[in-house]
Amino acid sequence: MIRVVLALAGRGLRIALRRPQFLAPLVVFPTLLLAVNTGGLSQATSLPGFPPVQSFFAFQIPAAITQSLLLGGVSAGIATALEMELGFFDRLVAAPVPRSAIVLGRLLSAAGLACLQVTWFLVLGLIFGVTIEGGIPGVLVVFLIGSIAGTGFAAIGVTLAVRAGNASVVQGVFPLVFVVLFLSSAFFPQDLMTSPASEIARYNPLSYIANGLRNPIVSEIQLKPVLEGLAAAVGVALVFGSLSVWTLLGKLRDA
Amino acid sequence: MRERARVVAALVRRAVNEIVRVPGAAIPGVLAPTIFMLGLTAVFSKVTDLRGFGSTEGYLAFILPVGFLQGAGFTGAATGVNLARDIEQGWFDRLLLAPAPRPILLSGLVASAALRSLVPATFLLCVGLALGVPFPGVGHLLLCAVLVMALAASAACWGTLVALRFRTQQAAPLMQVGAFVAVLFTTAYAPAVLLQPWMRTIADLNPVTKVLEGVRQGFVGPQSWAVTWPALVAAAGILLVLGALAVRGMRRTGS
Repeated sequence: MIRVVLALAGRGLRIALRRPQFLAPLVVFPTLLLAVNTGGLSQATSLPGFPPVQSFFAFQIPAAITQSLLLGGVSAGIATALEMELGFFDRLVAAPVPRSAIVLGRLLSAAGLACLQVTWFLVLGLIFGVTIEGGIPGVLVVFLIGSIAGTGFAAIGVTLAVRAGNASVVQGVFPLVFVVLFLSSAFFPQDLMTSPASEIARYNPLSYIANGLRNPIVSEIQLKPVLEGLAAAVGVALVFGSLSVWTLLGKLRDA
Repeated sequence: MRERARVVAALVRRAVNEIVRVPGAAIPGVLAPTIFMLGLTAVFSKVTDLRGFGSTEGYLAFILPVGFLQGAGFTGAATGVNLARDIEQGWFDRLLLAPAPRPILLSGLVASAALRSLVPATFLLCVGLALGVPFPGVGHLLLCAVLVMALAASAACWGTLVALRFRTQQAAPLMQVGAFVAVLFTTAYAPAVLLQPWMRTIADLNPVTKVLEGVRQGFVGPQSWAVTWPALVAAAGILLVLGALAVRGMRRTGS
């Protein structure tokens, strides 16, 4: 089982890295939005109630990471749907491997990809003068939450792909990425958002994931936001990881 | 002359038919700017409290024109994607065999994009007015229509250039990124005085800033000729440059 998962994860990563033209949008769009947000709204840190941060750029990096990971989830879903459309999935199903390994392999490759995405944004931050206040442990926390969240978002994409079996349906989810992102505190402190977005953000797991990613970047590591971020990421990964396996098993049973 | 007008009209009719027959195809072009407009308003509206912001009409009124231009940009990019699809499927080759000059073929594509851009603009205007944006007057709406259509036509020229160069729908992100960058690296999020110096420099150099200010003026204050004429000149200039490049690309195609 583990060998199969590792082999499929390696395959997924190799394919992703071989086609940088499909990989680039995962970081290009969030990087552009990061630049636009920072260039346009950097004065927002002087608003009453804005938490003390070294710069608005540092505050926005977790938002860019979260956005990139969500796009990675869509990309994982599209990759799965394309494998179904092109028949590779049928060959996997016919092979003597556990069905759950097919999904878990895809999720593990998404976790690997998430580490690369997190690396991109942390390096970008360091280049433009951001100090990771949490030090090396802070960086590790960002990688931990980022990779688990990336796995969870990929699980959402895979669940949709298995259910729909069609890449264009998964692609259609793309705008929703921005809806859930805007309805979280990823871009701005929750207390400064307007109602009802601020109320929705309170219950949006993305808010906790973004705050968990942000805390080690903008301050010394604090247990509460980090644990909340970790719990939200693990929750999303567990719920949607189980759902993706369950959806696949159900689909194969019906077929 | 009449024959040429008939060719342009036929190409425009073909694009309009697509909206009528596949209304779902128009949804992303409407949905994306709407999500951005409402999302940015929900998240960033407190920045109107910053000293120097100026506008007292609220952040939605400030950001609505950005939505107009984003809608125009996405519509223009979609024209490029449709052209790439036509190239992939061989329909464009048949079009090139027709006894119509290449600039006339381009005019048909560009005119259809200009017309289609009124769909997201109208929807966004209705949403904005429903949420309390003050009515800017019929005269200003006509100016907005002219500027939005000109920008959509320019974006269509850009999309055409990219489609002719890469001849595949996979180049779609490049078409969209062009429109995205042109619209957002302006005074999109905040007035010029609040931008970071590097962003202000880019915004000052970016002619789309003038177009945006021309569209925005009636929503955040009185309309003024001093803002209107630079907007019209900038829109015409962008269209002229990109149009000339697209005509050159069309003439070189297949030769």
